[in-house]
Amino acid sequence: MKPANLVNQSSSWFGAEGPACDIVISSRVRLARNLAGFEFLPCLSPEQKQEILDKLREAILSSELGDTVFFVDVDHAAALERQLLMERHLISRQHAAGKGPRGAVIASGEAFTAMINEEDHLRMQVYAAGLNLHDCWRRINRIDDGIEQKVEYAFDSQLGYLTACPTNLGTGIRVSVMLHLPALKLTGHIEKFITAAKDADLAVRGLFGEGTDAIGDFYQLSNQVTLGVREEQVVEEMSKNIVPRIVEYEKAARQTLLDERPHTLDDKIQRALGVLRSACLISSQESLYLLSSVRLGVNLGRVPEVSLAMINELFLQTQPAHLQIRAGKMLDADQRDALRAQLIRQKLSNN
Amino acid sequence: MLCQICKENTATIHLTEIDQGQRTETHLCQQCAQKQGLAVQSQIPLNELLSNLLAAAKSVSEAQAPGSAFSQPDVPCPQCGMTLRRFSETSLLGCPEDYRLFQNELMPLIERSHAGHSQHCGKVPSRTDQRQKNEVELLQLRRQLEQAVKAEDYETAARLRDQIQQLQ
Repeated sequence: MKPANLVNQSSSWFGAEGPACDIVISSRVRLARNLAGFEFLPCLSPEQKQEILDKLREAILSSELGDTVFFVDVDHAAALERQLLMERHLISRQHAAGKGPRGAVIASGEAFTAMINEEDHLRMQVYAAGLNLHDCWRRINRIDDGIEQKVEYAFDSQLGYLTACPTNLGTGIRVSVMLHLPALKLTGHIEKFITAAKDADLAVRGLFGEGTDAIGDFYQLSNQVTLGVREEQVVEEMSKNIVPRIVEYEKAARQTLLDERPHTLDDKIQRALGVLRSACLISSQESLYLLSSVRLGVNLGRVPEVSLAMINELFLQTQPAHLQIRAGKMLDADQRDALRAQLIRQKLSNN
Repeated sequence: MLCQICKENTATIHLTEIDQGQRTETHLCQQCAQKQGLAVQSQIPLNELLSNLLAAAKSVSEAQAPGSAFSQPDVPCPQCGMTLRRFSETSLLGCPEDYRLFQNELMPLIERSHAGHSQHCGKVPSRTDQRQKNEVELLQLRRQLEQAVKAEDYETAARLRDQIQQLQ
Protein backbone atom coordinates (compact mmCIF):
# COMPACT_ATOMS: atom_id res chain seq x y z
CA MET A 1 0.00 0.00 0.00
CA LYS A 2 1.16 3.54 -0.73
CA PRO A 3 0.97 6.22 1.96
CA ALA A 4 -1.05 8.44 -0.40
CA ASN A 5 -3.89 5.89 -0.32
CA LEU A 6 -4.42 6.60 3.36
CA VAL A 7 -5.94 9.92 2.38
CA ASN A 8 -9.31 8.36 1.59
CA GLN A 9 -9.52 6.34 4.80
CA SER A 10 -10.65 7.37 8.21
CA SER A 11 -8.14 6.22 10.82
CA SER A 12 -9.48 3.57 13.17
CA TRP A 13 -8.50 5.33 16.38
CA PHE A 14 -9.70 8.80 15.41
CA GLY A 15 -13.30 7.71 15.58
CA ALA A 16 -16.52 8.84 17.09
CA GLU A 17 -16.72 5.92 19.50
CA GLY A 18 -14.84 4.81 22.58
CA PRO A 19 -15.03 5.47 26.33
CA ALA A 20 -15.39 9.20 27.15
CA CYS A 21 -14.75 10.01 23.47
CA ASP A 22 -16.55 13.35 23.69
CA ILE A 23 -13.57 14.58 25.74
CA VAL A 24 -10.82 11.99 25.28
CA ILE A 25 -10.20 11.78 21.55
CA SER A 26 -7.57 9.08 21.67
CA SER A 27 -5.25 7.05 23.87
CA ARG A 28 -1.69 6.18 22.98
CA VAL A 29 1.12 4.11 24.49
CA ARG A 30 4.58 4.49 23.02
CA LEU A 31 7.76 2.50 23.75
CA ALA A 32 11.31 3.65 23.00
CA ARG A 33 13.92 0.97 22.28
CA ASN A 34 17.48 0.77 20.97
CA LEU A 35 19.46 -2.16 19.65
CA ALA A 36 22.39 -3.46 21.69
CA GLY A 37 25.76 -3.21 19.99
CA PHE A 38 25.00 -0.03 18.07
CA GLU A 39 25.56 3.61 18.86
CA PHE A 40 22.58 5.92 19.34
CA LEU A 41 21.23 7.97 16.44
CA PRO A 42 23.44 11.10 16.85
CA CYS A 43 26.60 9.03 16.32
CA LEU A 44 25.55 6.61 13.56
CA SER A 45 26.93 6.59 10.02
CA PRO A 46 24.42 6.28 7.15
CA GLU A 47 25.57 2.65 6.64
CA GLN A 48 24.85 1.76 10.25
CA LYS A 49 21.47 3.48 10.05
CA GLN A 50 20.67 1.36 7.01
CA GLU A 51 21.72 -1.79 8.86
CA ILE A 52 19.44 -0.93 11.81
CA LEU A 53 16.61 -0.05 9.45
CA ASP A 54 16.88 -3.43 7.68
CA LYS A 55 17.13 -5.36 10.94
CA LEU A 56 14.19 -3.67 12.61
CA ARG A 57 12.03 -3.62 9.50
CA GLU A 58 12.38 -7.38 9.22
CA ALA A 59 11.79 -7.97 12.92
CA ILE A 60 8.67 -5.79 12.97
CA LEU A 61 7.19 -7.05 9.71
CA SER A 62 7.48 -10.65 10.91
CA SER A 63 5.58 -9.86 14.14
CA GLU A 64 1.87 -10.33 14.54
CA LEU A 65 0.51 -6.93 13.64
CA GLY A 66 -2.91 -7.75 12.22
CA ASP A 67 -4.15 -6.52 8.83
CA THR A 68 -2.78 -4.16 6.23
CA VAL A 69 0.80 -3.99 7.39
CA PHE A 70 3.01 -1.79 5.27
CA PHE A 71 6.45 -0.25 5.38
CA VAL A 72 7.26 3.29 4.31
CA ASP A 73 10.78 4.25 3.30
CA VAL A 74 10.55 7.71 4.86
CA ASP A 75 13.91 8.83 3.48
CA HIS A 76 12.74 8.31 -0.10
CA ALA A 77 9.09 9.27 0.36
CA ALA A 78 7.83 12.45 -1.29
CA ALA A 79 7.60 15.50 0.95
CA LEU A 80 3.79 15.50 0.69
CA GLU A 81 3.60 11.86 1.70
CA ARG A 82 5.76 12.50 4.74
CA GLN A 83 3.55 15.40 5.68
CA LEU A 84 0.45 13.25 5.22
CA LEU A 85 1.83 10.66 7.64
CA MET A 86 2.55 13.42 10.12
CA GLU A 87 -0.91 14.92 9.81
CA ARG A 88 -2.34 11.48 10.59
CA HIS A 89 -0.06 11.21 13.66
CA LEU A 90 1.73 8.18 12.20
CA ILE A 91 5.18 9.76 12.25
CA SER A 92 6.51 12.74 14.20
CA ARG A 93 7.46 16.10 12.76
CA GLN A 94 11.06 15.24 13.55
CA HIS A 95 10.84 11.97 11.62
CA ALA A 96 9.23 13.68 8.62
CA ALA A 97 11.95 16.33 8.53
CA GLY A 98 14.87 14.01 9.41
CA LYS A 99 17.82 12.86 7.32
CA GLY A 100 19.28 9.52 6.35
CA PRO A 101 17.91 5.96 6.23
CA ARG A 102 14.72 5.83 8.27
CA GLY A 103 11.33 4.25 7.99
CA ALA A 104 7.91 3.59 9.40
CA VAL A 105 5.76 0.49 9.74
CA ILE A 106 2.01 1.10 9.83
CA ALA A 107 -0.57 -1.56 10.62
CA SER A 108 -4.06 -2.46 11.83
CA GLY A 109 -5.98 0.51 10.51
CA GLU A 110 -3.25 2.94 11.60
CA ALA A 111 -3.63 1.84 15.23
CA PHE A 112 -0.04 0.57 15.21
CA THR A 113 2.88 2.60 13.99
CA ALA A 114 6.62 2.18 14.42
CA MET A 115 9.26 4.75 13.57
CA ILE A 116 12.72 3.39 12.83
CA ASN A 117 15.69 5.74 13.34
CA GLU A 118 13.81 8.66 14.80
CA GLU A 119 15.34 9.84 18.12
CA ASP A 120 15.84 6.21 19.13
CA HIS A 121 16.36 3.19 16.89
CA LEU A 122 12.77 2.17 17.47
CA ARG A 123 9.76 4.10 18.65
CA MET A 124 6.51 2.21 18.36
CA GLN A 125 3.05 3.12 19.46
CA VAL A 126 -0.47 1.79 19.65
CA TYR A 127 -3.49 4.09 19.46
CA ALA A 128 -7.07 3.51 20.53
CA ALA A 129 -10.17 5.69 20.31
CA GLY A 130 -11.39 7.28 23.53
CA LEU A 131 -9.92 6.41 26.93
CA ASN A 132 -8.51 2.94 26.45
CA LEU A 133 -4.93 2.93 27.67
CA HIS A 134 -4.97 -0.59 29.10
CA ASP A 135 -5.79 -1.98 25.69
CA CYS A 136 -2.98 0.05 24.09
CA TRP A 137 -0.50 -1.23 26.67
CA ARG A 138 -1.55 -4.88 26.26
CA ARG A 139 -1.16 -4.68 22.50
CA ILE A 140 2.16 -2.83 22.42
CA ASN A 141 3.58 -5.07 25.14
CA ARG A 142 2.77 -8.17 23.10
CA ILE A 143 4.29 -6.68 19.96
CA ASP A 144 7.39 -5.67 21.94
CA ASP A 145 7.71 -9.25 23.25
CA GLY A 146 7.60 -10.51 19.68
CA ILE A 147 10.23 -8.12 18.39
CA GLU A 148 12.49 -8.82 21.34
CA GLN A 149 12.65 -12.48 20.25
CA LYS A 150 14.38 -11.36 17.07
CA VAL A 151 16.67 -8.53 18.13
CA GLU A 152 18.62 -7.67 21.25
CA TYR A 153 17.70 -4.42 22.95
CA ALA A 154 20.17 -2.19 24.81
CA PHE A 155 19.25 -2.82 28.46
CA ASP A 156 20.84 -2.23 31.84
CA SER A 157 19.58 -3.69 35.11
CA GLN A 158 19.82 -0.33 36.86
CA LEU A 159 18.73 2.06 34.13
CA GLY A 160 16.39 -0.24 32.22
CA TYR A 161 15.97 0.24 28.47
CA LEU A 162 18.71 2.61 27.40
CA THR A 163 17.56 5.57 25.32
CA ALA A 164 19.38 8.37 23.53
CA CYS A 165 17.79 10.96 25.83
CA PRO A 166 17.96 10.23 29.57
CA THR A 167 14.36 11.46 29.99
CA ASN A 168 13.08 8.23 28.40
CA LEU A 169 15.23 5.79 30.38
CA GLY A 170 13.85 2.82 32.27
CA THR A 171 10.59 1.68 30.76
CA GLY A 172 10.82 3.95 27.72
CA ILE A 173 7.08 4.30 28.04
CA ARG A 174 5.05 7.34 27.13
CA VAL A 175 1.38 7.05 28.01
CA SER A 176 -0.71 9.84 26.57
CA VAL A 177 -4.22 10.99 25.85
CA MET A 178 -5.47 13.64 23.45
CA LEU A 179 -8.03 15.77 25.23
CA HIS A 180 -10.59 18.26 23.94
CA LEU A 181 -11.16 20.81 26.71
CA PRO A 182 -13.10 23.75 25.23
CA ALA A 183 -15.34 24.33 28.27
CA LEU A 184 -12.42 24.52 30.71
CA LYS A 185 -10.94 27.11 28.37
CA LEU A 186 -14.20 29.08 28.07
CA THR A 187 -14.77 29.11 31.81
CA GLY A 188 -11.18 30.20 32.48
CA HIS A 189 -10.08 27.06 34.31
CA ILE A 190 -7.59 25.74 31.81
CA GLU A 191 -4.62 27.27 33.64
CA LYS A 192 -5.51 25.27 36.73
CA PHE A 193 -5.53 22.09 34.68
CA ILE A 194 -2.12 22.86 33.19
CA THR A 195 -0.58 23.78 36.55
CA ALA A 196 -2.01 20.68 38.26
CA ALA A 197 -0.79 18.44 35.45
CA LYS A 198 2.72 19.88 35.63
CA ASP A 199 2.77 19.48 39.39
CA ALA A 200 1.91 15.80 38.91
CA ASP A 201 4.98 15.40 36.62
CA LEU A 202 2.86 15.27 33.50
CA ALA A 203 3.62 17.05 30.24
CA VAL A 204 0.96 19.13 28.52
CA ARG A 205 1.49 19.64 24.82
CA GLY A 206 -0.40 20.63 21.70
CA LEU A 207 -2.05 18.61 18.98
CA PHE A 208 1.16 17.39 17.39
CA GLY A 209 3.17 16.69 20.53
CA GLU A 210 6.51 18.15 21.43
CA GLY A 211 6.98 21.82 20.63
CA THR A 212 3.46 22.44 19.35
CA ASP A 213 0.81 24.81 20.69
CA ALA A 214 -2.58 23.82 21.95
CA ILE A 215 -4.68 25.10 19.06
CA GLY A 216 -8.40 24.50 19.06
CA ASP A 217 -8.43 23.51 22.74
CA PHE A 218 -6.74 20.17 22.06
CA TYR A 219 -4.22 19.11 24.67
CA GLN A 220 -1.95 16.11 24.73
CA LEU A 221 -1.28 14.92 28.26
CA SER A 222 1.51 12.42 28.96
CA ASN A 223 3.68 10.99 31.70
CA GLN A 224 7.22 12.30 32.12
CA VAL A 225 8.65 9.85 34.63
CA THR A 226 9.75 6.61 32.95
CA LEU A 227 12.36 5.29 35.39
CA GLY A 228 11.56 3.64 38.70
CA VAL A 229 7.93 2.99 37.82
CA ARG A 230 6.27 -0.08 36.38
CA GLU A 231 4.49 0.26 33.03
CA GLU A 232 1.18 -0.96 34.47
CA GLN A 233 1.48 1.63 37.24
CA VAL A 234 1.81 4.49 34.76
CA VAL A 235 -1.10 3.20 32.69
CA GLU A 236 -3.28 2.64 35.75
CA GLU A 237 -2.53 6.05 37.28
CA MET A 238 -3.39 7.82 34.05
CA SER A 239 -6.56 5.85 33.27
CA LYS A 240 -7.98 5.53 36.78
CA ASN A 241 -6.92 8.72 38.53
CA ILE A 242 -5.77 11.47 36.25
CA VAL A 243 -7.87 11.37 33.10
CA PRO A 244 -11.25 10.60 34.73
CA ARG A 245 -10.75 13.61 36.99
CA ILE A 246 -10.08 15.94 34.07
CA VAL A 247 -13.07 14.49 32.23
CA GLU A 248 -15.20 15.29 35.28
CA TYR A 249 -13.91 18.89 35.38
CA GLU A 250 -14.57 19.41 31.70
CA LYS A 251 -18.06 17.91 32.07
CA ALA A 252 -18.82 20.17 35.02
CA ALA A 253 -17.58 23.19 33.05
CA ARG A 254 -19.81 22.18 30.13
CA GLN A 255 -22.78 21.89 32.48
CA THR A 256 -22.04 25.31 33.97
CA LEU A 257 -22.04 26.81 30.49
CA LEU A 258 -25.33 25.12 29.64
CA ASP A 259 -26.95 26.25 32.90
CA GLU A 260 -25.55 29.72 33.29
CA ARG A 261 -24.43 31.00 29.90
CA PRO A 262 -26.39 29.10 27.25
CA HIS A 263 -26.44 32.11 24.93
CA THR A 264 -22.69 32.59 25.13
CA LEU A 265 -22.28 28.93 24.34
CA ASP A 266 -24.74 28.86 21.45
CA ASP A 267 -23.34 32.08 20.07
CA LYS A 268 -19.85 30.60 19.94
CA ILE A 269 -21.06 27.38 18.33
CA GLN A 270 -23.40 28.98 15.81
CA ARG A 271 -20.95 31.70 14.80
CA ALA A 272 -18.32 29.02 14.20
CA LEU A 273 -20.78 27.06 12.12
CA GLY A 274 -21.81 30.22 10.27
CA VAL A 275 -18.24 31.04 9.26
CA LEU A 276 -17.48 27.43 8.29
CA ARG A 277 -20.65 27.27 6.17
CA SER A 278 -20.02 30.51 4.32
CA ALA A 279 -16.28 31.19 4.15
CA CYS A 280 -14.64 31.14 0.73
CA LEU A 281 -11.10 31.18 2.07
CA ILE A 282 -10.10 29.57 5.34
CA SER A 283 -6.70 28.72 6.84
CA SER A 284 -6.03 25.40 8.58
CA GLN A 285 -5.56 27.23 11.89
CA GLU A 286 -8.89 29.00 11.64
CA SER A 287 -10.76 25.87 10.61
CA LEU A 288 -9.21 23.90 13.45
CA TYR A 289 -10.27 26.60 15.87
CA LEU A 290 -13.83 26.79 14.53
CA LEU A 291 -14.27 23.03 14.17
CA SER A 292 -13.29 22.77 17.83
CA SER A 293 -16.27 24.98 18.79
CA VAL A 294 -18.61 22.98 16.55
CA ARG A 295 -17.31 19.75 18.08
CA LEU A 296 -18.30 21.06 21.51
CA GLY A 297 -21.74 21.92 20.10
CA VAL A 298 -22.17 18.46 18.60
CA ASN A 299 -21.21 16.80 21.90
CA LEU A 300 -23.70 18.94 23.80
CA GLY A 301 -26.50 18.22 21.36
CA ARG A 302 -26.68 21.84 20.15
CA VAL A 303 -26.04 20.96 16.50
CA PRO A 304 -28.16 17.86 15.81
CA GLU A 305 -27.64 18.01 12.04
CA VAL A 306 -23.86 17.46 12.29
CA SER A 307 -22.26 14.19 13.44
CA LEU A 308 -19.09 13.76 15.47
CA ALA A 309 -17.74 11.47 12.73
CA MET A 310 -18.18 14.30 10.22
CA ILE A 311 -16.28 16.77 12.41
CA ASN A 312 -13.47 14.27 12.95
CA GLU A 313 -13.28 13.62 9.23
CA LEU A 314 -13.00 17.35 8.58
CA PHE A 315 -10.19 17.68 11.13
CA LEU A 316 -8.19 15.19 9.08
CA GLN A 317 -9.22 16.18 5.58
CA THR A 318 -8.69 19.93 5.91
CA GLN A 319 -4.98 19.58 6.66
CA PRO A 320 -2.59 20.84 3.95
CA ALA A 321 -1.13 17.54 2.72
CA HIS A 322 -4.54 15.85 2.74
CA LEU A 323 -5.98 18.61 0.57
CA GLN A 324 -3.11 18.49 -1.90
CA ILE A 325 -2.98 14.73 -2.24
CA ARG A 326 -6.73 14.60 -2.85
CA ALA A 327 -6.40 17.38 -5.41
CA GLY A 328 -3.56 15.44 -7.02
CA LYS A 329 -1.27 18.45 -7.20
CA MET A 330 0.73 20.96 -5.20
CA LEU A 331 -1.30 23.99 -4.17
CA ASP A 332 -0.15 27.33 -2.80
CA ALA A 333 -1.60 28.68 0.44
CA ASP A 334 -4.38 30.65 -1.27
CA GLN A 335 -5.46 27.69 -3.35
CA ARG A 336 -5.46 25.47 -0.28
CA ASP A 337 -7.55 27.96 1.68
CA ALA A 338 -10.10 28.07 -1.16
CA LEU A 339 -10.25 24.28 -1.51
CA ARG A 340 -10.50 23.84 2.25
CA ALA A 341 -13.38 26.31 2.47
CA GLN A 342 -15.13 24.54 -0.39
CA LEU A 343 -14.76 21.12 1.24
CA ILE A 344 -16.08 22.38 4.57
CA ARG A 345 -19.04 24.21 2.97
CA GLN A 346 -19.94 21.07 1.08
CA LYS A 347 -19.75 18.77 4.11
CA LEU A 348 -21.55 21.10 6.51
CA SER A 349 -24.23 22.43 4.15
CA ASN A 350 -27.71 22.28 5.56
CA ASN A 351 -29.23 19.96 2.99
CA MET B 1 -10.13 34.20 42.37
CA LEU B 2 -9.26 36.30 39.31
CA CYS B 3 -5.80 37.45 38.34
CA GLN B 4 -5.12 40.94 39.66
CA ILE B 5 -3.45 42.09 36.47
CA CYS B 6 -5.57 40.86 33.58
CA LYS B 7 -8.72 40.33 35.67
CA GLU B 8 -9.73 37.62 33.23
CA ASN B 9 -7.97 34.36 34.04
CA THR B 10 -8.09 32.47 37.30
CA ALA B 11 -5.18 33.25 39.58
CA THR B 12 -3.08 30.15 40.10
CA ILE B 13 0.05 31.77 41.49
CA HIS B 14 -0.21 33.28 44.95
CA LEU B 15 2.65 35.36 46.27
CA THR B 16 3.07 36.52 49.82
CA GLU B 17 5.75 39.15 50.33
CA ILE B 18 6.82 40.48 53.69
CA ASP B 19 8.80 43.67 53.47
CA GLN B 20 9.73 45.51 56.68
CA GLY B 21 6.92 43.81 58.52
CA GLN B 22 4.41 44.77 55.82
CA ARG B 23 2.64 41.78 54.37
CA THR B 24 1.31 41.95 50.81
CA GLU B 25 -0.42 39.25 48.82
CA THR B 26 -0.46 39.04 45.03
CA HIS B 27 -2.65 36.69 43.01
CA LEU B 28 -1.76 36.16 39.36
CA CYS B 29 -2.52 33.84 36.48
CA GLN B 30 0.31 31.88 34.86
CA GLN B 31 0.60 34.21 31.85
CA CYS B 32 0.72 37.46 33.83
CA ALA B 33 3.14 35.94 36.33
CA GLN B 34 5.38 34.93 33.45
CA LYS B 35 5.24 38.45 32.02
CA GLN B 36 6.32 39.73 35.43
CA GLY B 37 9.16 37.23 35.39
CA LEU B 38 7.65 35.48 38.38
CA ALA B 39 6.44 32.13 37.09
CA VAL B 40 8.29 29.14 38.41
CA GLN B 41 9.37 26.86 35.63
CA SER B 42 8.40 23.50 37.04
CA GLN B 43 9.96 21.55 34.18
CA ILE B 44 13.43 22.85 33.45
CA PRO B 45 14.71 21.61 30.10
CA LEU B 46 17.31 18.89 30.48
CA ASN B 47 20.03 20.67 28.55
CA GLU B 48 19.64 23.76 30.73
CA LEU B 49 20.06 21.60 33.82
CA LEU B 50 23.15 20.02 32.37
CA SER B 51 24.72 23.35 31.42
CA ASN B 52 24.29 24.44 35.03
CA LEU B 53 25.79 21.20 36.26
CA LEU B 54 28.71 21.48 33.87
CA ALA B 55 29.45 24.95 35.16
CA ALA B 56 29.35 23.61 38.72
CA ALA B 57 31.53 20.63 37.80
CA LYS B 58 34.05 22.96 36.19
CA SER B 59 34.47 25.03 39.30
CA VAL B 60 34.80 21.87 41.40
CA SER B 61 37.40 20.28 39.16
CA GLU B 62 39.36 23.52 38.95
CA ALA B 63 39.49 23.69 42.71
CA GLN B 64 40.52 20.05 43.03
CA ALA B 65 43.57 18.23 41.83
CA PRO B 66 43.39 16.72 38.32
CA GLY B 67 41.65 13.36 38.15
CA SER B 68 38.57 14.52 40.05
CA ALA B 69 35.32 12.63 39.65
CA PHE B 70 33.93 14.99 37.03
CA SER B 71 34.65 14.56 33.33
CA GLN B 72 35.80 17.55 31.33
CA PRO B 73 33.09 18.88 29.02
CA ASP B 74 35.22 18.31 25.91
CA VAL B 75 36.66 14.88 26.63
CA PRO B 76 35.08 12.49 24.10
CA CYS B 77 33.71 9.01 24.73
CA PRO B 78 36.26 6.58 23.20
CA GLN B 79 33.38 4.51 21.78
CA CYS B 80 31.24 7.13 20.02
CA GLY B 81 33.03 10.47 20.37
CA MET B 82 30.21 12.13 22.33
CA THR B 83 31.23 14.91 24.73
CA LEU B 84 29.30 16.39 27.63
CA ARG B 85 29.30 19.74 25.85
CA ARG B 86 27.62 18.27 22.79
CA PHE B 87 25.12 16.45 25.01
CA SER B 88 24.31 19.70 26.81
CA GLU B 89 23.37 21.21 23.45
CA THR B 90 21.14 18.40 22.18
CA SER B 91 20.14 16.35 25.29
CA LEU B 92 21.01 13.21 23.31
CA LEU B 93 23.75 10.72 24.14
CA GLY B 94 25.89 8.89 21.59
CA CYS B 95 25.95 5.30 22.82
CA PRO B 96 24.93 3.09 25.79
CA GLU B 97 28.50 3.34 27.12
CA ASP B 98 28.01 7.10 27.75
CA TYR B 99 25.75 6.28 30.67
CA ARG B 100 28.71 4.64 32.43
CA LEU B 101 31.34 7.11 31.30
CA PHE B 102 29.39 10.24 32.30
CA GLN B 103 27.68 8.61 35.25
CA ASN B 104 28.68 11.29 37.77
CA GLU B 105 27.24 14.07 35.67
CA LEU B 106 24.21 12.18 34.41
CA MET B 107 22.88 10.60 37.59
CA PRO B 108 21.72 13.88 39.18
CA LEU B 109 19.97 14.76 35.90
CA ILE B 110 18.37 11.35 35.66
CA GLU B 111 17.04 11.60 39.20
CA ARG B 112 15.74 15.11 38.55
CA SER B 113 13.85 13.97 35.45
CA HIS B 114 12.40 10.87 37.08
CA ALA B 115 11.01 12.13 40.37
CA GLY B 116 14.10 11.04 42.31
CA HIS B 117 14.19 7.49 40.92
CA SER B 118 17.45 5.94 39.80
CA GLN B 119 16.55 2.25 39.56
CA HIS B 120 14.50 0.58 36.83
CA CYS B 121 11.64 -1.56 38.07
CA GLY B 122 9.57 -2.31 34.97
CA LYS B 123 9.69 -4.77 32.11
CA VAL B 124 12.88 -6.76 31.53
CA PRO B 125 13.65 -8.28 28.11
CA SER B 126 13.29 -12.05 28.20
CA ARG B 127 16.75 -12.44 26.68
CA THR B 128 18.38 -10.72 29.65
CA ASP B 129 20.41 -13.13 31.73
CA GLN B 130 18.83 -14.52 34.86
CA ARG B 131 20.99 -12.50 37.24
CA GLN B 132 19.85 -9.16 35.81
CA LYS B 133 16.25 -10.31 35.78
CA ASN B 134 16.48 -11.31 39.43
CA GLU B 135 17.91 -7.94 40.37
CA VAL B 136 14.94 -6.11 38.93
CA GLU B 137 12.45 -8.58 40.34
CA LEU B 138 14.00 -8.39 43.80
CA LEU B 139 13.64 -4.66 43.73
CA GLN B 140 9.98 -4.88 42.81
CA LEU B 141 9.34 -7.45 45.54
CA ARG B 142 11.11 -5.34 48.17
CA ARG B 143 8.91 -2.38 47.27
CA GLN B 144 5.79 -4.49 47.50
CA LEU B 145 7.00 -5.85 50.84
CA GLU B 146 7.47 -2.33 52.14
CA GLN B 147 3.95 -1.43 51.09
CA ALA B 148 2.49 -4.60 52.60
CA VAL B 149 4.20 -3.92 55.92
CA LYS B 150 2.96 -0.33 55.86
CA ALA B 151 -0.56 -1.58 55.22
CA GLU B 152 -0.13 -4.16 58.01
CA ASP B 153 -0.95 -6.91 55.53
CA TYR B 154 1.32 -9.48 57.16
CA GLU B 155 0.06 -12.43 55.20
CA THR B 156 1.19 -10.85 51.92
CA ALA B 157 4.38 -9.63 53.59
CA ALA B 158 5.31 -13.14 54.67
CA ARG B 159 4.70 -14.49 51.17
CA LEU B 160 6.83 -11.71 49.66
CA ARG B 161 9.61 -12.31 52.19
CA ASP B 162 9.74 -15.99 51.19
CA GLN B 163 9.85 -15.06 47.52
CA ILE B 164 12.72 -12.65 48.16
CA GLN B 165 14.67 -15.29 50.07
CA GLN B 166 14.19 -17.75 47.25
CA LEU B 167 15.57 -15.33 44.70
CA GLN B 168 18.59 -14.38 46.79
